[in-house]
Amino acid sequence: MLEAMSTHGDIQARPDAKVLSHLERLEAESIHILREVVAETENPVMLYSIGKDSAVMLHLAMKAFYPSLPPFPLLHVDTTWKFREMIEFRDRMAKSLGLQLLVHINQDGVARGIGPFTHGSAVHTDVMKTEALKQALDKWGFDAAFGGARRDEEKSRAKERIFSFRSAQHRWDPKSQRPELWRLYNARKNKGESIRVFPLSNWTELDIWQYIYLEKIPIVPLYFAKERPVVERDGALIMVDDARMPLRPGEVPEMRRVRFRTLGCYPLTGAIESSADTLPAIIREMLVSTSSERQGRVIDKDGSASMERKKQEGYF
Amino acid sequence: MRAAENLTLADVEQYLHAHQHKSLLRFITCGSVDDGKSSLIGRLLYESKMLFEDQLAALEADSRKVGTRGGELDFALLVDGLAAEREQGITIDVAYRFFATDRRKFIVADTPGHEQYTRNMVTGASTADLAVILIDARKGVLTQTRRHSFLVSLLGIRHVVLAVNKMDLVGFDRTVFERIVAEYRAFAGPLGFAEITPVPLSAVYGDNVVSRSPATPWYRGPALLEHLEQVEVAGDPQAQPFRLPVQWVNRPNLDFRGFSGLIAAGRVRPGDRVRVLPGGTESRVARIVTYGGDLDEAVAGQSVTLTLTDEIDISRGDVLCAPDDPAWSGTRLEAALVWMAEKPMVPGRSYLLKGGTRTALATLAPEARIDVNTLERTPAEALALNEIGLCLVTLDQAVALDAYDRNRETGGFILIDRVSNETVAAGMVRQVLAPATNIQWQALDVDKRARAGLKGQRPCVLWFTGLSGAGKSTIANLVEKKLFALRRHTMLLDGDNVRHGLNRDLGFDDASRVENIRRVAEVSKLMVEAGLITLVSFISPFRAERALARSLMGPGEFLEVFVDTDLAVAEARDVKGLYRRARAGEIRDFTGIDSPYEPPEAPDIHLRTAEMTVEEAADRIIAELKRRGLLETDLLIDGAAI
Repeated sequence: MLEAMSTHGDIQARPDAKVLSHLERLEAESIHILREVVAETENPVMLYSIGKDSAVMLHLAMKAFYPSLPPFPLLHVDTTWKFREMIEFRDRMAKSLGLQLLVHINQDGVARGIGPFTHGSAVHTDVMKTEALKQALDKWGFDAAFGGARRDEEKSRAKERIFSFRSAQHRWDPKSQRPELWRLYNARKNKGESIRVFPLSNWTELDIWQYIYLEKIPIVPLYFAKERPVVERDGALIMVDDARMPLRPGEVPEMRRVRFRTLGCYPLTGAIESSADTLPAIIREMLVSTSSERQGRVIDKDGSASMERKKQEGYF
Repeated sequence: MRAAENLTLADVEQYLHAHQHKSLLRFITCGSVDDGKSSLIGRLLYESKMLFEDQLAALEADSRKVGTRGGELDFALLVDGLAAEREQGITIDVAYRFFATDRRKFIVADTPGHEQYTRNMVTGASTADLAVILIDARKGVLTQTRRHSFLVSLLGIRHVVLAVNKMDLVGFDRTVFERIVAEYRAFAGPLGFAEITPVPLSAVYGDNVVSRSPATPWYRGPALLEHLEQVEVAGDPQAQPFRLPVQWVNRPNLDFRGFSGLIAAGRVRPGDRVRVLPGGTESRVARIVTYGGDLDEAVAGQSVTLTLTDEIDISRGDVLCAPDDPAWSGTRLEAALVWMAEKPMVPGRSYLLKGGTRTALATLAPEARIDVNTLERTPAEALALNEIGLCLVTLDQAVALDAYDRNRETGGFILIDRVSNETVAAGMVRQVLAPATNIQWQALDVDKRARAGLKGQRPCVLWFTGLSGAGKSTIANLVEKKLFALRRHTMLLDGDNVRHGLNRDLGFDDASRVENIRRVAEVSKLMVEAGLITLVSFISPFRAERALARSLMGPGEFLEVFVDTDLAVAEARDVKGLYRRARAGEIRDFTGIDSPYEPPEAPDIHLRTAEMTVEEAADRIIAELKRRGLLETDLLIDGAAI
């Protein structure tokens, strides 16, 4: 053992060696993960949430299988409360890339009239997002689903594997995760299990923006600053995206120059005042920012262990 | 990061350009439970301005609530992610952290120092280029320090930072630092590190973390972060011979056939010759295809798609190699194994081996256990959780691999339990061995089909499994009589009888039971080859061995018959008086008493003996054989079935 260990390849770098940048390494790693899932699972799907991380993941999928198209459909779990511009962008992207787009809405939730204004963010997210996702995965029998989550987003994500297994009830057990060594992923499932796969695990928010900039990846215009009708509510700027938003006494929508750092259901997504209307301007804003991107998300504020709990219950 | 407030857009463009060419360093931190690992990583995130105000506010609140620093910022809280861990006050899993400076992006694997979590450290080390080994200045080099250093070396990391932490608690005493460094160097000599960089620091107060501290004027080396930004991790994989494990065959249409994968070593250009292993055929690279256009050259670390000039059969799991220095290809190899599962290794059992993009069946024969504290080797019959050993691995098909110390990407593998699907071990190839003997497969002109055809029947295995006293042999005996009456050629292998002869050298511990079943499975395979309907009546308590038996037979040739009798009923019958003796402690490792029985999850035939007579059970089996067409007559005359 010792004799062998003292001989680890002591080869000097060639003078003409091509040094891969951190983005090139991240890209190659993500492509490897995408291909591995396609090779080892039967019925994969890509969860497409329309945001910037999904945009990068989709772009990587186009690269991974070129000249073939990605051999899986896109799935959007529509809570019916997404920004209208997101839905337009979603349909346009799927069409221009020639990919199959599946959209699932929790009809049971719709029938019960679940919404963020009437039931609050927790119930709305649980029924229209978490429950809806489980329904969709069961309906089409997907055994693997790509998600755009990154480990830098939040503490419990930092410990999640790239291949993350869910029980037949879609629960995550942080104590029984499989070790992931080298680039070797064990994709073998027990009966009823499915896999969530996170190809962007090792990307940071800054990596995402830099890559979008370098690769000229299209993103939803809501990320860029523009005059938009907003009201200030509970310290957040909420955009009045349609007539379903009930205004409180004294609230009058006013036009302000705002943009979004993260996209979700419009009533749950706070805008920031900004004049950044180009990618370099957005990146500059990010570099000088003093708050993290999840700050705009209302669901993260129910206590610092809440994301871990949500994931155990099946939230992506 | 917050210093960037006065950036102009031109500055940002310049920044983006600079950061586009930033390199990446992956490192791990290892230390004992209280060495201050989490504090150090928290400090690096904080000092490199990777924390935002809302995160800082949450940290301040958490520090007051559960912090261990009397309300001051407790950086460990940033890093200890899961709620359960926070209550225990230790990190229990591998967590990955990210930060960047102007020169580099860093990915840190935070791995636990607790004794029972070797597997997590090995996991984190497998992708790291450098290790930061923490030592508590008050405690010096501990057993854990030795263990971590050995594991780091075993996983092929050549660059080590010896972070002597808590220097504030020893008054920044130079002699303490120097004594620890000398002791460590003496111990680590044989581990083959290319470079050991000692740094005296205080993670809690930030001394020598980002910049050199005035508290250690006697220290001339770099601060930790300075070193991490500058260190060159040698062993450039581009200088190694070319390797591309094929992940996926890309066939968008009949005119295009590409082979996709991540280049594990070397570089490749159109026109280069490549050899395909394990097959051995050769061809030339026609194109390097990517979404952004064809490339003139691709190097280790890039994901590409290659097309070749010849139409040759290549599938997932094959490795494209430089023909003048190809990978090893073979079915036997010697490897170092780290056992990662609660259940110990069972020698002789078959596991799945995944190496590169190939998955094969592997059986293990341990040679030695390595004591991670003393590096001593002792003979081993099996490995348990967190044990490390040397092992002979035999595969059911040829696999192309390299020595791990030559290439981590093509020399590492994992072992997977075939029943639980758990990853049970990490392996590092030491060498691929030449074939054991000169035995080769002799091609036979008279084959299974011919032998069975002469008998006018279809061969298969009826594999009876169940507790002792369940009624396996009684039912199997009656089934054989019925088949005999139907003029079928049969053979019955009975557990007790075989143990008097072929298997009389075997006991009843797990390893012996596995070997018992392996031999019987091989014998029943020969019986099927001979064209016989073979009845096997063995307790065969483990799913894995029954799965092995199934895998030896052709499709549809193996029928698992579960003779399902309650333990209480079998024990009450106790025809052979064995349960009484097992209860009395006279017999050990008795299935159902002190050795487990794993019932079949999906048996081909499920006989609930409480609900049927022996006659009915036998008829059920005959009916199932008929239903599957296994009792049809296929007479073979002059090579043609009529």
